[in-house]
This record gives sequence, structure tokens and C-alpha cells, in this order.
Amino acid sequence: MTAATAPDDPGGQKARPDGPPGSGEGARPPAPPLGATVAASADAATAGGARPTIGLGMPGFGAPGGAFDAHQPPDAALVGDCVHCGFCLPSCPTYVLWGEEMDSPRGRIDLIKGGLEGEAFDAAAVRHLDQCLGCMACVTACPSGVQYDRLIEATRAQLERRTTRPRRERLLRALVYGLFPHPRRLRVLRGPLRAYQSSGLRTLLARTGLLRRLPAALRAMEALAPRLGPAPALPARIPASGTRRRTVGLLTGCVQGTFFPDVNAATVRVLTAEGCDVVVPRRQGCCGALSAHAGRAPEAVRFARHAIETFEASGVDTVVVNAAGCGSHLKEYAHLLRDEGGDWPARAGALAAKVRDITELLDELGPVAPRHPLPVTVAYQDACHLAHAQAVRDQPRRLLRGVPGVELRELPEAEICCGSAGTYNLLHPEPARELGERKARAVLSTGARLMVTANPGCWMQVATTLAGMGERMPVAHTVQVLDAAIRGVPVERLLAQALDGPGTPLAPPSSGPPRTSPPAATGPLPGTGGADPSPQASS
Amino acid sequence: MLARTRASFHHSIGTYRQVESVSSTRQDRPGRRPLREDANDGARAGALADRLRAAVGAAKVLTDPAQLRTYACDGLATVRVTPSVVVLAERREDVVAAVRLCAGAGVPFVARGSGTGLSGGAVPVADGVLIVLSRLRAVRSVDPGNARVVVEPGVINLWVTREAAPYGQAYAPDPSSQQVCSIGGNVAENAGGAHCLKYGFTVNHVMGAEVVLPDGEVVHLGGIAPEHPGFDLLGAFVGSEGTLGIATEVTVRTVQAPESVRTMLVGFHSVADAAGTVSDIIAGGILPAAVEMMDALAIEAAEAAVRCGYPQGAVAVLVIELDGPRVEVDEQFLQVERIAAARHAFETRIARDEDERALMWKGRKSAFAAVGRISPAYYVQDGVIPRTKLPEVLDEVGRLADAAGIRVANVFHAGDGNLHPLILFDDKVEGAAHAAEQLGFAILDLCVASGGSITGEHGVGVEKKSRMAVQFSADDLDTMHRLRCAFDPAGLANPGKQFPTPRLCGERPGVRTAASEDHDPALGEVF
Repeated sequence: MTAATAPDDPGGQKARPDGPPGSGEGARPPAPPLGATVAASADAATAGGARPTIGLGMPGFGAPGGAFDAHQPPDAALVGDCVHCGFCLPSCPTYVLWGEEMDSPRGRIDLIKGGLEGEAFDAAAVRHLDQCLGCMACVTACPSGVQYDRLIEATRAQLERRTTRPRRERLLRALVYGLFPHPRRLRVLRGPLRAYQSSGLRTLLARTGLLRRLPAALRAMEALAPRLGPAPALPARIPASGTRRRTVGLLTGCVQGTFFPDVNAATVRVLTAEGCDVVVPRRQGCCGALSAHAGRAPEAVRFARHAIETFEASGVDTVVVNAAGCGSHLKEYAHLLRDEGGDWPARAGALAAKVRDITELLDELGPVAPRHPLPVTVAYQDACHLAHAQAVRDQPRRLLRGVPGVELRELPEAEICCGSAGTYNLLHPEPARELGERKARAVLSTGARLMVTANPGCWMQVATTLAGMGERMPVAHTVQVLDAAIRGVPVERLLAQALDGPGTPLAPPSSGPPRTSPPAATGPLPGTGGADPSPQASS
Repeated sequence: MLARTRASFHHSIGTYRQVESVSSTRQDRPGRRPLREDANDGARAGALADRLRAAVGAAKVLTDPAQLRTYACDGLATVRVTPSVVVLAERREDVVAAVRLCAGAGVPFVARGSGTGLSGGAVPVADGVLIVLSRLRAVRSVDPGNARVVVEPGVINLWVTREAAPYGQAYAPDPSSQQVCSIGGNVAENAGGAHCLKYGFTVNHVMGAEVVLPDGEVVHLGGIAPEHPGFDLLGAFVGSEGTLGIATEVTVRTVQAPESVRTMLVGFHSVADAAGTVSDIIAGGILPAAVEMMDALAIEAAEAAVRCGYPQGAVAVLVIELDGPRVEVDEQFLQVERIAAARHAFETRIARDEDERALMWKGRKSAFAAVGRISPAYYVQDGVIPRTKLPEVLDEVGRLADAAGIRVANVFHAGDGNLHPLILFDDKVEGAAHAAEQLGFAILDLCVASGGSITGEHGVGVEKKSRMAVQFSADDLDTMHRLRCAFDPAGLANPGKQFPTPRLCGERPGVRTAASEDHDPALGEVF
């Protein structure tokens, strides 16, 4: 019963080579008698010589080889909130895939509880905790209000610090986290990637079968890279058109800014059209979401401090985010920096209070710019970090319904993650692929012509999966639909460009600042039937 | 990595089959070995692990301590027993193989579905094998013409309705955990739900089952035909809490979805008025689809969890749902409103659309787990009383709770008189869990004394087995025990559940000797 004999761990790699002895078959603690309570079972573990246990719910910090040390361990009180009802199970992507308790939120909380009781995590426990997507669907589903998000994040930080992963996994993680949270490195990558995509090299590689020979994770990265167009830099400040209603700072995001430049451009156009001065702070860096969600806490703290300084200096009332994962993380800054010295916790709290998702802010402000009709059926896909982590579900739907002609279709199994989950599709390509296919089928089942989502990760995941299934479907960000409606872009043009990929700008390439004077209708394209030139006031 | 693909196998249930054997003959039945408590060290079941791996595939057998610990309890989180081996069955053959190996080695086994049971019916045996059925989740057939759906046991209750919905049909039993609990567990516990007042319990909706008996033999009980001659073995099986075998396929009946469903939420300033309203409605000849009651504490919890917008200041609310032909429902709805008004209802809210209806139900269906928001821990009880005794029994529950110094929230199926006292306690306080359990037992004893029973729908499990002796005489228990022995002479199927005292097959209460000549007295079980 050691990890080495576990059926699904053929390599037998112990996650913690310095783990305690006594987890072997012979030393397995006697199982408690029927009717034993948790406390009794903990006692039994001690009697078996496994490791010291201080008692129910009392963390065994400092126990050599124990799962957790004393620095920000998962909160035992939060673990205690779980009443084991199981309502989270059907919302958990890994439980839906595999039907196993240890790959469910309830099971993972149980593993964490074991860790708090002083048990060490073996390779299996680490794997099951790693396999959580962090989608937070269970947080939405939980009637008892268990803060699983806090629990898994604290656990991951400890795992990251205290676990030696297999070499291959370490290298992959180093690659992923050395690249994605660094906009400048990503920008350096853009050129070669664009060249690669347009040179026919990709087709060649695919034809020779070399692509298939890449390790699964690298193949996932290659496949997920969106098609790139030009990425004009945003000006530092773009004035509102008409009366100014708010001054907002835009978080440009790493992946969003590099691979989805038009989403940022569209965000700026919509914000200015709705009466916002938009400030785009220079050198804002990464918000740290990817790092925090992966348990790389010190890195996340560094990124957060930099982001706080940047946005404080910009003097904005509101920080607008158009990537769901980044937004939910910024809102958690106060928690992330709770143990930092000086006034950091207060500053983090102040910044977090200013953060709004773009749809949240637009819904709050209410529309002033008239919308042209966009007769199109839209499948709106909830990004987990928008719907589950920020509870922003109605706002994007209201905004989309506010566009005349838009018909919203709901996805079946909308609460189940698409498998993107930050860097999950890079680190766990196989389950990510299964979830991606599930989501792609759900999107197709709506019969909608356009998929709309609010997160670059979901976008890449679903678009790539659809492509792999031989289906092409236009995908756009909510704000691009609003932008098209405000500027009077005909629906066929919106669809065509949304089909080409996220890097392709909706506006004809223009040098200089993004267009800010609505409605800057580009006019109907020949043969598209034309759009109604008279804008209709929305709602 | 585990093998993630699950093999699905389909076979049609077209004909009704009498109980039939598809396995070996009786002579080579395994399992004739006594089980003793002193063997309870996990060694025997552990020794079976390799043979289980060879039989069902290594990826489906768990022995890693971390993995095993996640299976130590079901929805009754206060009782934890870590099994020695977990088998994640993916098809019937896996269940058969696991049960046969257990029977051959005299190792006890326990079946588990989604693990949401509230009486500990799926609590493992330490030196035993836990057979998990949650991967057996194929819907085998949907037959709207005969109003039948055939499913594997791991299929979620709500999925059955989802499958039947395109044909205008639904699966009636709706436990509050319907979005997660599985049909296999529903059958084992004879699950109820809010709508059982009108439509009946699981037993009224299960038409057939393919069952792996405790020796590994596969039999078919019932079938798609509405009536079967002979002993009602299916009736015995439903609600047997996994002690007679493991269902690997279940045929359920679906009902026509009603033309009209209307739901109202009524607030009262007293529990007596709310309870009186329930009795008056039924005495008035109206059979609602559901009548649910929640008291102030339960309302507080539900509000905290799902912001369901229940009437402010209500001491009790009723969720009343009527369904049927539109004309009838509309007429009866008015009558119910009049009855409630006569009982001093201070606020009546009628769901205008499906969203509002869903919110009313969400408050009710989340109430159990929502209590986790107002208390560190809680313990759900499940007892039944005659409907007309609701006010006095609830008063008495209040007195018992006050005397014990424990808060009790009440959520229940008022139409059935099925109480669900939620006993709140702090699990970090020494002895609090025990005190809560004792209060729960006192409430159950009160139910029995009032002419009711110790369980309405959660089953007996490990939790209430001691109360069986309050409800039943020694002769009653002996009769049940004999039935059990007919299916499971070796006592390997979910031992330790349902029956109050450990006994051997063939042993009469108080007389620890062999009774029946066809049973070897050494054949034993501890349960």
C-alpha cells in the first residue's frame, strides 16, 4: 500500500522522498472498528506508529514530514464547514469525468483534513490535489458556504513549497511559469509564433507527423496558441466621448494583451463610448493570478505588490478587468497580502474594492451609447472565474440582451469548466481535452452562430477543441459584441473576424489610437445585406 | 493514471424474467465461513486486493491510504471507518467478480453510490471491501410508451427525470439531494422526497432490478410488467440497505408530468397554525404534490445560504405545491389560500414563473446543508408521526431541545408527517456530538410513542439501528433477520447496519444456539 504499489502510479514516485516511514503495507495502522469516530481513527493512526496526531482538527504543524507547515496552512475552521453532503460532486469536472471521491471537492477537503491532522501527503494525495482545476464550481454549488477556493489555494502553496515533483513536471512548470505571467517574454514569442503560423511550417510539421511527437504538454501549448494579428499599443490615456462618467484603469493582462489585443482595444472603445476616461498604466506586469492559483505564493505576492503600486499611481476610481481569471484574483488581493508587513493589507484591500469586471462595470453604469442591431444567436459561455469566483452571471447576459437582435442560448452543463482553468490544459492535457470536448459539444448543441466568453483561456480551449473536432465556430469576447453593436459593424463581419481568431482586430487595421467616436460605423460590406444604419437605443 | 474510459455495456430488458440464476450451481456457493470480530484488522480484505486487481483491472482497485480515507464516510460524517480496499466498478461484471471474491474469502463488502446517505448506510467495514458504483452511470433505455427507464445504479436521480422530460414524463421520488444522489442508493434506502406525499416512495416506482446476491449470483427481480405473481422479492429488496445484495441495474417507472404545477409560499406566526393548515388541506380532500414546513431557525439558515426571500418574521413557512390538470389545480389553489388565511397566514406568495418556483424550492432543498452556515456541525434526524399530531410533537421536540440546551431547526415533509429535526452542535466541544445524538434518539422515541416510526426515508443504517428495538419487538426483528439470512447466510453484505444487536444467522434473540436445521450454527455474521 505504499505509493510504489499504487495501481495508478506506475512510476512509484514518492511525492515526498523524505516522507515518514511507516506508510508501507506492514506498518499500515490497524483500521478502526465499526462506528469509530474521526478522533478514534486518528488515534488508530497514531497507534500504528504512522505519525503523531494532535487530535481532531488540530493541525500537526511542524511534525516532520507532515503535509503542512505553520506558514499559512489551510484553515481548519474552513475544513470544518464541510458537512460532507456531496452537493458539490456533480459540479466538479474531475468527479464528472472519473466518478471518484478523491477527485471531488469533498474528497479533496478530506485529504486536506488528513493533512491538518498530521498525515503526510503521499504521491496519490498530491496528484488528486493537483488534478483540481480550481474552477470553483463547487463553491457555487455548496449550500454550507465552504470556501474551497481558500482551502485549495493554501494547500497548493504548501505543496509547491514542500513537495519535490518529478523532474519532468518541474521542468514543465518552470517553463509555463517562466513564460505566461511575463507579458514582455510573451511579446518576444509573438514574432516567431506569427511567423511560424503564417509560414506554412505548421502545416509541414503536422504533415510530417512531427507535431504528434511533441510531448503532450508542448503539443497543447502549440495547439492553443491563437492565430495572431497585429497588436497596436494602447495609448496611456483615452478620453471619454461625451460627458465623462468615470475614470477607469485597464488591466491589460498577459495573455489577453499579447494574444488578444483586439479585446483590449474593444474594451477601450466601449468604455469611452459609455463615458469613461480610460487609463492604461504602463509596465503594469502580471496580476499574479496564474501563480497564485498554482500555489506559487511568493511570486504571486511580488506581482500583486507591483500591480497595486502601478494602479495607485494611476489615480483611477475603478480598475477594469476583461479577463475573468485576473479579475477574480485582483479581488482576492487583501487575502493574498494579509500577512505582508506595513500597510500592504490595507492597500491591497483598497485596490481590490475598486476592481470590476468589464461587464460588471458596464451593467452598473447602464448604457448611454446606442446599439445597432446584431441579428445573431449567441451561446454565452460562463467563464468559471467570472461566474463561480465573482458571481458575475447576469450582467454579461443583460448586456448582450441589450443589443437588438441578439438571441441568447444557454449551454447545457453550463457550470462545468471547459478544462482550460489557467494553466491546467498545459499541465494536465488529457482531462483538459475531455472537458474541452464536452464543452465544445455543449456549445454546438445550442445551434448558436457565435460563442461569447469572457476569458482568454476558455476562448483558446473551446476554439482549439472545436477545430480539433473539425468544427469552426466564431468566438468573441462579450465586449467585442458590444463594440460591434455600438460601432454598427455588420453581423457577418463580426462573425467572419471572430472566426479568424482572437488576435484579429474587428476594426480595419489602423495606426494610432483605437477609434473612440461612436458610432463609427464601418458600413455594410458588399453582399452582407447591410446593417440597419439607424442605431436603436438599448433597453 | 487510471484508465479513464469506461466500458459501457448495453443489454435490453425486453422480457420479464423470473428469478434466474446465471451463475454457478448452489453447491459451489462460496462464502460459508464465519466472520469474527477478532479478524477485524484489515488483513483479510487487504489480502484480497491483488486478486481483485487481477479480476477487475488494477486501475479500479484502490488501496492507497489517502485514497481510502476519502471513502471513510457517506453523508453521515460523524461515523468514519476506512475500508481496506475500494473497488471502483465500471460494469456489472466488476461487481460480480468483487462480490464472488469477497464471498469466497468470507470478507464483508459494502456498496456505495454517491455517498449522500444520512444514516450511514454506506459506511465501510474496516476489514472489508467497498464497492463503489458511481461509475456505473449509463442510462440503458428510455421507454416512454411503457413509462419505464432502465438505468445503472450510479445514475443520478435527477438524470432520470432529465431523460424522461422530452417525453413529458418525470421520475417522481425527489430526495432533496436529487441532483447528486444515485438510483442505487435510492433503492437501497427506499428514498423519499417532498413529492412522495402524492406520488409515493421509491418502492412505488421501482419495477425491476438486476441484483448481484451476496454470493455473486445474478438475479432479476420484477421487470417491466406492472404485476408479478409470487413473493414480492423486489419489495423486500427495496429499502434493504444493501444487506440483500447489490443492484446493478434498476428499472423505474416514470409518471406523466402534470399539465400544471403551482407553488405557493405561506408565512405563519405560529407552528400550530402552519401545522393546522396542513391537516385542513388534506381533510378538505386536496392532495397536494408537496407540503413542506420549515421553522424559524431553518428559514434563517436557508436565507443565509441561498437568499430565497422567505417571508420576514415567519415562525413557520409552508411550501405548498399542487399539480394536475390546470382547471383542478387553479380551483384547489384558491381553496388552499382560503384555508391558510383562515389559519392566520400573514403572507402568501405565489410563484409567478419557473424561476420563482425554483427559488422557493431551493430554500427548502438546501436547508439541511445550509444549516452548516449557522452551526459548526449538525445532525439530521428523520422520524415520522401522524400528521394530526404535528403541533404537539413539535412542542415536545422544543421542550426536549430546551432541556438539553441544544438548538433544533425543523425542516420536514409536513404532508407525510415526516419530521427532519436538525440538531445543531459544536463538534469541537467535548461530548456535544453525543448529546446531539441522544437528543435525536429521544425525538425518535417520541415519534414511536406518538404512533409513528423512526425513519421516513433516510433508512436505519448504522445511525438508528439501536432504535429498531424501540420500534419493533424481538419477534419482529427475528422475522426480518430470517429474511435477511435467506439472501445472505454468510452475513457479508453490508453487515453492521439496520439490526440493533450482533447476531448469527439461525440464532434466535436470547438463545445463542442454532435454530434452523438448514443452517450451520457456525455460519455467522456480526451485525
